[in-house]
Order: sequence, then structure tokens, then C-alpha cells
Amino acid sequence: MRELALHILDVVENAIEADAQQVDLAVTEDLVSDLLTISVRDDGRGMNAAMLAQVRDPFFTTRTTRHVGLGIPLFAAAAARCAGDLTIESTPGQGTRVTATFQHSHIDQAPLGDMPQTLMCILMRGAHLDLHYIHRVISGSCAGEHLFEFDTREIKQELGDVPLSYPDVREWLSEFIAQGEQLLKET
Amino acid sequence: MPKLKSLDDLKSLKQKALHDLTIRQQTTTRITVGMGTCGIAAGARETMHSILQELDKRGIEAQVATVGCIGMCSKEPLVDIEQAGRPRITYANMHPDMIPRLIEEHLVKGGVVEDWVFGRVPLAGIGTEGQQQA
Repeated sequence: MRELALHILDVVENAIEADAQQVDLAVTEDLVSDLLTISVRDDGRGMNAAMLAQVRDPFFTTRTTRHVGLGIPLFAAAAARCAGDLTIESTPGQGTRVTATFQHSHIDQAPLGDMPQTLMCILMRGAHLDLHYIHRVISGSCAGEHLFEFDTREIKQELGDVPLSYPDVREWLSEFIAQGEQLLKET
Repeated sequence: MPKLKSLDDLKSLKQKALHDLTIRQQTTTRITVGMGTCGIAAGARETMHSILQELDKRGIEAQVATVGCIGMCSKEPLVDIEQAGRPRITYANMHPDMIPRLIEEHLVKGGVVEDWVFGRVPLAGIGTEGQQQA
């Protein structure tokens, strides 16, 4: 995949397929220790040890529509290429956490890419999904740590019965996220 | 510096939306984009973005949803349009630059972009098309 943001979208889609109601997505760019960490935690149905052992196999999938499952193997390969690693912890009935690490300055690291587009795709996915997103940038300069964070539960509280997919809300969300990410980039 | 977005903006949006929603509750257009690994790798995220932009630009109300892989990975990005009273049409290999024409011809003019059709489900359901014609 051309962007890490596409891998993120893919992993979150997995969480949604696993009936997750809540997804915690954290992107941490630690420029001091040269480490990029992407963590996706969901409260979906989780996996047992046998299934967990199989998910890195490209010929394993829970889908019935095709016989290959490339999402996790591709993400793992992207991390491995950048001196990083992909770990998956899962408990049946409780959820799954996927964590990928990358050497931030690695020449083979795909750009993080268009996070606003990825986040909008996730938010449009359904009314019952809640997303907590936090993007941290830790730099060595005096400024230290910057972050952009939001939680759809707070947003939904303001909105009441109005869905996130309502056009004006969608537009607001899209600008809100673009602004947040842009500010982070500038720092 | 532009005014930063705050959650307070949402309060005023809510008032307007609640009013509109009572009228639009039964939106009859549903657009579904395939967003499995295959779809994502083929550019479905950009296609989705383009659909949302085009709908906003034209002020068209439609539900836009994503779905996992339906098994036709080589035809991704797949875009499926359902409208009350019309056959359900699946379009294949839909890239962002094709979206304006799709929205114009399918949603605005009410036709079907035959060049890009991959599958269709007639009103009465799968397997009934031949009977209808007979």
C-alpha cells in the first residue's frame, strides 16, 4: 500500500467486521527515539489462540468471498521492511489490539499519508461505531509534545440524534480533522 | 489565522439538521463502496472521498456506506447504487475521476452509465430479470 493511512483503514475495517463498537486509534511519531507506532484497539469479538496463529498467513481469511487475506500480512511486511514489527494481542469476547512499529526515518517507510480521508471513511462507516483518535508528535525541540485528539462520543453528545453522515456535519468533521492534522504537521 | 473548529459549532448545526432530518428520514439513495483490503489497495478510499465531495458540491442527499470485500477483487473499486423504484446497479473499477459523470448520469439524470455497469439486481430481486422480459 502506498500510505500507512491505508493500512490503518484496513485494520479498522477488520475491527468493524469483528462487530467492534469502540475503536481506539493511536498514531505516535516519536522523533526523539525515531519511532513511529500505530496502535488500533477494538472491543470486537476477538480471536482465540488458534486463529491468532493464522492471521499472518496470507492464505487465511474469515471471508467466504475469497480465499486470501492480505491485510495483516501486508501491514506486517510494511513494518518489517522498516526495522519494525507488528504484534497482535487478542482475547475472545473482549477485543483485539494491533500494534505496528516503524523506524521513523527509515528510507522504506511509506508516508503516513492522508489521515483525514482515512478517518472520514471510518466515521462514515456506521452510527454505532465510536472512534477515539489520538495523533502525537514528540519532538526534541523545546516545544516537546504536540497532539491532535478527538472522540466521536463527545461529538455525538453535542449532536444528539443527528448522524455523523449528515452533510453539514460531514463537512464540519472533514474540516475539523484536516485542520487538526495540518496544525500538527506544521509543528 | 482562521477560526478553529470547536464542538460549539455543532450545536447550531444540530438545530438545522433536526429540522431537515424529519423530512429526509427516508432518504431513498444508498451508495455503497467496497472497502476490503482489495478495495483499499485499488483506491476505494479516494473514490469514497470523491463521492462525498461530489454529493456535497451538488447538494445531493444520499447515504454513503462502506462494505467489505464481495469477492470480485479485480473489479475494485466497486460502487453500488440503490434507489427506491430502480434496479440496483453495481459499477466496477470506479476511480475518483469517474465519479462526477456517475453522479450526473445516474443520480441527477436518472439513467444508468452502461459503459461501467458490472452487475444489476432488478427490482423484483436476483434471477427475475429474464422472467420480467418474457
